[in-house]
Amino acid sequence: MNPFIRIFRYGDIPEDKSGAGIVSSQSKNDWPLWEVFIRSTQGLDHKHVGSLHAADAQMAIENARDVYTRRMEGVSIWVVESKYIHASNPDEAGSLYDPSADKVYRHPTFYQLPDAVNHM
Amino acid sequence: MPLPDLEKIFEHKIDQEVKIEPRDWMPDAYRKTNIRQISQHAHSEIVGMLPEGNWISRAPSLKRKAILLAKVQDEGGHGLYLYSAAETLGMSREEMINDLHSGKAKYSSIFNYPTLTWADIGAIGWLVDGAAIMNQVMLTRTSYGPYARAMVRICKEESFHQRQGFEALLVLSRGSAEQKAMCQDAINRWWWPSLMMFGPRDSESSNSDQSMKWKIKRKSNDELRQQFVDMIAEQIKVLGMRLPDEELQWNEARQHYDFGSINWDEFWQVVKGNGPCNKQRLEARRKAWDEGAWVREAATAHAAKRNSRTAAA
Ligand SMILES: [Fe+2]
Ligand SMILES: [Fe+2]
Repeated sequence: MNPFIRIFRYGDIPEDKSGAGIVSSQSKNDWPLWEVFIRSTQGLDHKHVGSLHAADAQMAIENARDVYTRRMEGVSIWVVESKYIHASNPDEAGSLYDPSADKVYRHPTFYQLPDAVNHM
Repeated sequence: MPLPDLEKIFEHKIDQEVKIEPRDWMPDAYRKTNIRQISQHAHSEIVGMLPEGNWISRAPSLKRKAILLAKVQDEGGHGLYLYSAAETLGMSREEMINDLHSGKAKYSSIFNYPTLTWADIGAIGWLVDGAAIMNQVMLTRTSYGPYARAMVRICKEESFHQRQGFEALLVLSRGSAEQKAMCQDAINRWWWPSLMMFGPRDSESSNSDQSMKWKIKRKSNDELRQQFVDMIAEQIKVLGMRLPDEELQWNEARQHYDFGSINWDEFWQVVKGNGPCNKQRLEARRKAWDEGAWVREAATAHAAKRNSRTAAA
């Protein structure tokens, strides 16, 4: 397999020194990263929509309003600094979620009922 | 897990149309290609604000000014969605910005052309955003999850961009002789650079196309370009204008429009930095960044002060 991609496509100008050379973690001069959650309508859950940089929580909310709700996409915004998000390990997806695969009795369709009450 | 297994899992996900997410294992070259492409895309949105920003204070009416402001603000938002997506791959925002300012990173060459008249704003919305949409609609199905999600959001906002551009030209095309001439002139100048946005002909790409195999890209340059030509060749009839191409003609056998050849020398010149506005664009970005330094510092200081106050209370 050839790991080098030389083909030129719109939005991707390959060149030896075109930006992807150095990969590093967050530098100290960047404002911290925040994850943004938006409630689209009253009564629904907040949903993750993306992230942004801001100096503090207030600024993160103000920026989130400008970046993610320019067209009435939300009625409420949550922001949380990305470093406080803990995630499950994708490598453990199997052991985490497979056990529920054989518990079909957790689903209503497992139960066969007489027609008279089957819309229950 | 040994590397060959990880690679197999990765390839399997790609085959099965399962998105790759930031914490998933991925080949180094896949990561780098995505960083390069997404950051270039982000830079294009940001630099793309400049040619249009040029006309905000000179828009012909308050309505047009409000529309243009909203569009340019959208482009800034697109840049932010995309920078965030690129950051999930491990490159910091600051590094990306530095690479743009040093000239190391690229952005779409189209934004190195000047906006000489008001009609250019219409032509950009119709042609440049139109071409970008073709690419971006395809990218909503790209294999890297955060990139695909950013594209979905962007595409929702883009159709307004193209429509407002076409409508602005439509008004000119029904106006005075001078307005009609201005409309045609803008189309003449933006048509060929718009076609170049899709990149070189497929036949010129001799290397194996890893980007397509990894489903980062899902259509070839020529496919997208043809789709674009077919769309615009029909739409221009409504404007009663013409595209500056003597060879443009419907091909019954192909069921596509044939079109003339593109000046690739010009294209490479602009990519290499010798376009009409390359210097000006980068200078404007650097200036904005440098002049905003005190704001970034002040906000950081303010946040620190507030933190220490809450800690003391
Ligand atoms: Fe955009
Ligand atoms: Fe746009």
